Amino acid sequence: MSYISTLFPAYAEIFLLCMIGVIMIADLLLPSQTRTVTYLLAQVTLLGCSLITVATHVNGVEHLFTNMFVDDLMSDVLKLLTYLSVSMMLVYSRSYLIVRGLFTGEFLSLTLTSTLGMMVMISASNFVTLYIGLEVLALSMYALVALQRDSAVATEAAMKYFILGAMASGFLLYGMSMIYGGTGSLDVQTISNVIKAGQGNDMLLVFGLAFLVAGLAFKLGAVPFHMWVPDVYHGAPTAMTLFIGSAPKLAAFAFVMRILVESLQPLMIHWAGMLAVLAVLSMGVGNITAIAQTNIKRMFAYSTIAHMGFLLLGVLSGTLDGYSSAMFYAVIYVLMTLGGFGMIMLLSREGFEADNLNDFKGLNQRSPWLAFMMLLLMFSMAGVPPTVGFYAKFSVLNAALQAGHLTLVIAAVIFSLIGAFYYLRIVKLMYFDAPESHEKVYMQPDSTLLISINGLAVLMLGIMPNTLMAICAASIQQSLLLH
Amino acid sequence: MIFGYPLLSVVIWLPIIFGALVLATGNDRNAPLARIIALVGAVLGLLVTLPLYTGFDRMTSAMQFVEMKNWITQFNIHYHLGVDGISMLLILLNAFFTVIVVLAGWKVIEKRVAQYMACFLIMSGLINGVFAALDAILFYVFWEAMLIPMFLIIGVWGGPNRVYAAIKFFLYTLLGSLLMLVALLYLYFQSGSFEILDYHQLPLGMTAQILIFIAFFMAFAVKVPMFPVHTWLPDAHVEAPTGGSVVLAAIMLKVGAYGFLRFSMPITPDASHELAWLMVTLSLIAVVYIGLVALTQSDMKKLIAYSSISHMCFVTLGLFIFNAYGMEGALLQMISHGFVSGALFLCIGVMYDRVHSRQIVDYGGVANTMPVFAAFFMLFAMANSGLPGTSGFVGEFMVILGAVKVNFWYGFAAATTLVFGAAYTLWMYKRVVFGAIANDHVRHLHDIGGREKLIMLVLAIAVLVMGLYPLPLSEIMHASVNDLLVHMARSKI
Repeated sequence: MSYISTLFPAYAEIFLLCMIGVIMIADLLLPSQTRTVTYLLAQVTLLGCSLITVATHVNGVEHLFTNMFVDDLMSDVLKLLTYLSVSMMLVYSRSYLIVRGLFTGEFLSLTLTSTLGMMVMISASNFVTLYIGLEVLALSMYALVALQRDSAVATEAAMKYFILGAMASGFLLYGMSMIYGGTGSLDVQTISNVIKAGQGNDMLLVFGLAFLVAGLAFKLGAVPFHMWVPDVYHGAPTAMTLFIGSAPKLAAFAFVMRILVESLQPLMIHWAGMLAVLAVLSMGVGNITAIAQTNIKRMFAYSTIAHMGFLLLGVLSGTLDGYSSAMFYAVIYVLMTLGGFGMIMLLSREGFEADNLNDFKGLNQRSPWLAFMMLLLMFSMAGVPPTVGFYAKFSVLNAALQAGHLTLVIAAVIFSLIGAFYYLRIVKLMYFDAPESHEKVYMQPDSTLLISINGLAVLMLGIMPNTLMAICAASIQQSLLLH
Repeated sequence: MIFGYPLLSVVIWLPIIFGALVLATGNDRNAPLARIIALVGAVLGLLVTLPLYTGFDRMTSAMQFVEMKNWITQFNIHYHLGVDGISMLLILLNAFFTVIVVLAGWKVIEKRVAQYMACFLIMSGLINGVFAALDAILFYVFWEAMLIPMFLIIGVWGGPNRVYAAIKFFLYTLLGSLLMLVALLYLYFQSGSFEILDYHQLPLGMTAQILIFIAFFMAFAVKVPMFPVHTWLPDAHVEAPTGGSVVLAAIMLKVGAYGFLRFSMPITPDASHELAWLMVTLSLIAVVYIGLVALTQSDMKKLIAYSSISHMCFVTLGLFIFNAYGMEGALLQMISHGFVSGALFLCIGVMYDRVHSRQIVDYGGVANTMPVFAAFFMLFAMANSGLPGTSGFVGEFMVILGAVKVNFWYGFAAATTLVFGAAYTLWMYKRVVFGAIANDHVRHLHDIGGREKLIMLVLAIAVLVMGLYPLPLSEIMHASVNDLLVHMARSKI
């Protein structure tokens, strides 16, 4: 009993794992018409996880399993946001998946296992735990993308995702083994101490670092390791695209923080330069290529690449402000992506995907409310105040400038200007053009409510961004300073 | 804070809240309701600005009606509002034109009325925010946010080429704004604060000043618009609906000049002196060259758009000759240009609503069928060409006077506007209004009705009163202008 009670920082993970088992079994026993029960069970599980995470929160940093697992404010905040975005994703995708016959027990349980993977990643404080978390997430994701078995496009996307993802994992493992060779440890904290003490083998370390950064860039989808992103985003069913694009970015942010900042901070002089190249290329290629897209999912894929460039810009500043701005950016990015893809699913019907830019034509005449929500989301992605996207860009640019990266800041500004064009184009299609069909938009009550909350959140957070910014800053500060 | 409530917050948020209310009336079935709520909102919005005038202390150059609250603590950003003699008049002008625009769009706008009215009300609140903000980020937020409604106004209710114009307008302005953001971040880096008034006192080296000046220049010059970044304006004006053109000319262009006054000149005084030759040259090029361009236009709206550019460059000329005549003249010119260009766009709108053409050749002899309208149009055309007794004369005369004091040839080049301005405005007027009735369209014109008469009458009174007795305006700006000139004379290096 006493052993169990010492596990309290990991209660949420344990609870989730148990519930995944329950949901899998329940799904087998219940007839498929009553899938709503397992759906609600999944939502309740996420709610339970968030209650546990809040209840087991302690001030300070808790380590577990001989330093394999860490529980700090950053991990708690990121986990709560992960539950929230997974839960939103389930609401958005329910009716979309039902009409496509994809709303299966596997979908729910794979979603939850990938959530588990993200939680492990967020709380990992050892390279092995990080890798295990990553693979739990990635393998569930591959399966989710491939869930639509009869679609050649989706299968191809899953295949690409799997092969390139496996390659990235290989890079990461190789890099980790080099770091292990250079320092003799896999523990995040020990590595940092060894390097600080000057006992590491520099050549091995930098060699390993290059592989780690390449692997991270693959997972984040940063240029030049971005080739899988558009194909997977485009090919996967929109619900899965939404999932890939949202919560895992939070986990990826934690991953970057744990590897590059908490353990390899002493090598910053090396990785900051690598990230700078990745960031500028991502912003450039992402924003410029997005202009040429006619498929909105592909466009969002390139926009994601550009956003990841911005996120990296925050990280490479290498200051507390920089990390917290990157975290804020990640959170806001997830919020906007959920809304953007949620809108595509809301406009889709049976046998019809609203994933072409032209499907947004004249939306203002068909449904002014949805058009307005999409307008808020698009201006937020473009970073135009008073929406919250502006503050995300603002805090990153501020951190980068304070760190002395004036040229990077100017490049980022120019690329955002280019990026504004394709977001504006969506607004233009919705407001300035005549609709191609006058069919009434069927607005699912649950997802309509959610998209309204989502869109208004983008506006309200823009008017009052203080709290969320303060939470991000506090998380980063506590996690980094208390170690 | 005065009368127990935060006046400036009310001035900013009241139109925005009414805009949301108008939006809530939904589709065009409720259009009459939307119009009435919009008018109530606009009139209330004007009434709440009046205490700014009556309660204004003319003796001080300090900020008045100040409000200050924490907003984003992490970056030391405040919700800091306040007005001085420069910004207060522009808020009044804006609130006044909101009423005019709502009235002007009363009958003409038939599709998506609620959205149209809401856009204007929300934009009015945001522009008030621009003029009242004393925190750089708060300013930036209002500054950018007002692009969104304007973008929609041009794009949804504009003419045939509206999409191109709307996107061009947005991207042009965004480019300048983003560079300004970088400059603001740099100033924050130097001072640890986003307070505009702190920036005024911040010592800066010459190189830094020049770079900051250029970044601000990009933002504000696009808005004014100065030569050579003026090309978005004719497009935007021609395609915008009448109300859009009026707000664009009367208010939005002032925002750029206001930016020079509030940011560029006091924050980087040495760079302003150093680069004054550039500003003066660009202004004079615009005055002369754009005046000539206006002469050749065949589209009335385009003609007035070019005339706007030429007049606004008078403002920048007046600012960058650094004397009291020039600066007060520039401020008066800003306000006068608001009335005159707004009125001219309304006049063109009146004709366009009836004939659906803006081409000069489609008209001729309008005076025969619309005598009342022709009389009002005449007055505004005269004011545009700077006839003494109208508001157009006061500002131009003072700027020319100030310019002559600095350099005779500046004044000489600037004075050519009196010739060109008269030429293009009156020639257009002659071709449109005088002569024999040109075609059936003109023959079947009916004169302006009660609502249009009311709008024209109010504007005509404003133009004449300002032309004959500008003292009430100039005494408000006096203290602030003097303070700015004293501040500008001190080096920051």
